[in-house]
Amino acid sequence: MGLNEMHAEAIAGVVDRVINRYRRDPTCMLQILREVQEACDWIPPEAIDRMQAMLGVPRTKIEGVAGFYSFIYTEPRGKYRVLFSDNITDRMQGNRALMERLCNNLWVERGKVSEDGLVSVGKTACTGLCDQGPGMLVNNYAIAGLSAQRIDEIAELIRNKVPLAEWPPAYFKIEDNIRRADILLNADFKPGEALLAARARAPSDGLNSSNMRSWREGLPSGIGGPGATLDEIKRANLRGRGGAGFTTGLKWEACRNAQLKAGHQRIVVCNADEGEPGTFKDRVLLSKCPDLVFEGMTVAAYAIGATRGFVYLRGEYRYLLDHLNAVLANRRRENLLGKDICGLPGADFDIEIHVGAGAYVCGEESALIESLEGKRGTPRNRPPFPVTNGYLDQPTIVNNVETFAAAALIALKGGEWYAGIGTKHSAGTKIISVSGDCARPGIYEYPFGVSIRQVLEDCGATDTQAVQVSGPSGICVAENEFDRIIGFEDIPTAGAFTIFNKTRDMFEVARNYVHFFQHESCGFCTPCRVGTSLLKNLMDKLHYGSGSPYDFAEIEKLNNLLQSMSHCGLGHTACNPVLDTIAKFRPAYDKRMMQQDFTPAFDLDRELSAARQMTGRDDAAAHLATEHGGQS
Amino acid sequence: MSHTFTLDGKVIPFVDGQTIIQAASAAGVFIPHLCYHPEFKPHGSCKLCTVKVNGRHTASCTMRAAPGMVVESETEEINAERRALTQMLFVEGNHFCPSCEKSGNCQLQATAYHLGMMSPHYDHFFPNRAVDASHPEVLLDFNRCILCSLCVRASRDVDGKNVFGLSGRGIKTHLIVNAKSGQLADTDFTLDDKAAQVCPVGVILKKRRGFAVPIGERKFDKAPISETADTTEGR
Repeated sequence: MGLNEMHAEAIAGVVDRVINRYRRDPTCMLQILREVQEACDWIPPEAIDRMQAMLGVPRTKIEGVAGFYSFIYTEPRGKYRVLFSDNITDRMQGNRALMERLCNNLWVERGKVSEDGLVSVGKTACTGLCDQGPGMLVNNYAIAGLSAQRIDEIAELIRNKVPLAEWPPAYFKIEDNIRRADILLNADFKPGEALLAARARAPSDGLNSSNMRSWREGLPSGIGGPGATLDEIKRANLRGRGGAGFTTGLKWEACRNAQLKAGHQRIVVCNADEGEPGTFKDRVLLSKCPDLVFEGMTVAAYAIGATRGFVYLRGEYRYLLDHLNAVLANRRRENLLGKDICGLPGADFDIEIHVGAGAYVCGEESALIESLEGKRGTPRNRPPFPVTNGYLDQPTIVNNVETFAAAALIALKGGEWYAGIGTKHSAGTKIISVSGDCARPGIYEYPFGVSIRQVLEDCGATDTQAVQVSGPSGICVAENEFDRIIGFEDIPTAGAFTIFNKTRDMFEVARNYVHFFQHESCGFCTPCRVGTSLLKNLMDKLHYGSGSPYDFAEIEKLNNLLQSMSHCGLGHTACNPVLDTIAKFRPAYDKRMMQQDFTPAFDLDRELSAARQMTGRDDAAAHLATEHGGQS
Repeated sequence: MSHTFTLDGKVIPFVDGQTIIQAASAAGVFIPHLCYHPEFKPHGSCKLCTVKVNGRHTASCTMRAAPGMVVESETEEINAERRALTQMLFVEGNHFCPSCEKSGNCQLQATAYHLGMMSPHYDHFFPNRAVDASHPEVLLDFNRCILCSLCVRASRDVDGKNVFGLSGRGIKTHLIVNAKSGQLADTDFTLDDKAAQVCPVGVILKKRRGFAVPIGERKFDKAPISETADTTEGR
């Protein structure tokens, strides 16, 4: 019996245990798949047999969901599944050489499973460890700060089949690296305080959010707290921290005022699917101040009258799950979650954590809701919007981790206090995840309005060529723009701040991002599904030195098509890194257009690489002399 | 209640709840489409039916009509974009029209003609997709699948069988069938299923019916798709 083979009865036993814990609820499909895989190392066909019988859903649905998520395997991937983070920062930190080293050490080909079925080594999108990379995931547990020595140790542990739980705990230590703290990260906050403050708040004469529905119809009439709390959020001028910057108070009010159908309830969702490459501030917020985030969710529930909450935690942050569940359990004990919260009759709210499984697109709110419902993470057609028709068709708010943390402080200290921080159009602070070429990468919290130059100075960046703000879907800022500021009125950001010094090739930066979007496209709509692949091929063609001005023109045409025809933000922004780098770093492209007119896409020498690999040869005689060598 | 909007300057009446494409086709105006089918809930994935509403791109199969909307469809710009999408669908799969049994009855081919597509333009992907000939009456040629999900919706919503589904992600998205073996023969699929009737391209084909109608005498050989009232072909 091979390493990955379990008896059908044993598999059925695992599936039964997991499914029963999830109340045989098909909306928990992704969680069930994830936990079955944690026990079985993959999703064997027998497990799908059992799920089909137990959940009463067709096989096509289970396989469809399993096939969507990068971290769910319907083929054996080994007892040890190693994934190297492949963000541009990991590349700059030398992840490729380390991956090669591990593969050589273990005699395994990249992307394949070793012949004994023990281990597979592959790559994955940014794991949110950019300030302490290169990073990797082993069976979805994060390891940071990889070095050649650590790679050799890991190879030894795998060869000796040492269970992951017995690996040195130091490997799994993830640093917070907080370099600058402000109101959120310095918050002097005791769990429950914000809720009590919200409850005590009297209706104001000011904004007057309609108080038709309170938490909820169950609350004693005449309680002004919910409406008053919503007023404070509006007064604070809080805007969403996930990147889009929608006004939080308006979102909450729309959800609060949405009609409830019979048997429905309002839902609060915390978007902790922090997948934008270069962003890791939600990881730090959740690890350092989870109570603040959960309290913000509870404040939201109080304000809009929600009774059920979810945290959608990205799969890469699986290692945070047990701690977060412990914090939730503690809050239940303290009566800060559950029934009659803080002794207020009818104030019922609880939070459960769902863990993602490697799909960037699930950071889009409607795709996230689909995923929460146990489906493929395909963005929905909108309208209708989640505030009226969200989770299981119920009124739902989806907000970023940082937004909830800010909301808790606003409930505690008031909207006016908050609005006084930052700039006129951007109230409050922003947590920035700084990585790349600088002396002090990590987490920096600033009042809005800070200049790019200031951040660069504070983190010890010198000789800076460019900063990618808000990740690949954000903007690439060149040296002559460093006096621009972080804020909704100038450069909005979800938090990524990736620094490139003058030795970096901005074309390769853009190419890495294009590969990322190609990998993460959900495949639903034609322009994004096919267009991101075409874009990747064209960027690769330039990379290999076979590009011409024709290809360049093609790239621009594709960019326009993706922007106008795509279904969701992923497709709309997939071309941003290319458009920005073309506009600002044109020479990086020009030097790759080796040919001024026609260049064949087909390169005979490159096509022979498979033959070279099979014969283990790479000598001169195994190469064809070509007119334009290029790099390979 | 009845209202109107304008489509390329023409006044189109509609009733509450109608989408732009529904109102347009009721008024006899053709908007190119592939994943849309009047009998099913709109999907909005192929994006061929994209129009500009008050200057913004949107899929006309999912966008509800509203009074006074100004909709553009047959413009050079939008048709160029639709043509590019059609080319993308051609290079993504393996479409060899001259040897395809669906030639002349194929919506993808007819749409390409309608849009004046003269070449695939992009480099072909040449994906490696197996054919499923296991079923005694039906052949599945996945090479031609454009992921419109009409068979998925028909089997789920009309037949109540869930014979088809989509799996994978991104460019690896693909059609699957409801059997552990992955073979159509091991499902409860029959020729009478609605799902057997809706494929706009040549994936779901009846066996032993090849070229029963000669090329040249088929549906879109007789009239272009824009003049064919029922673009969905009931075979």
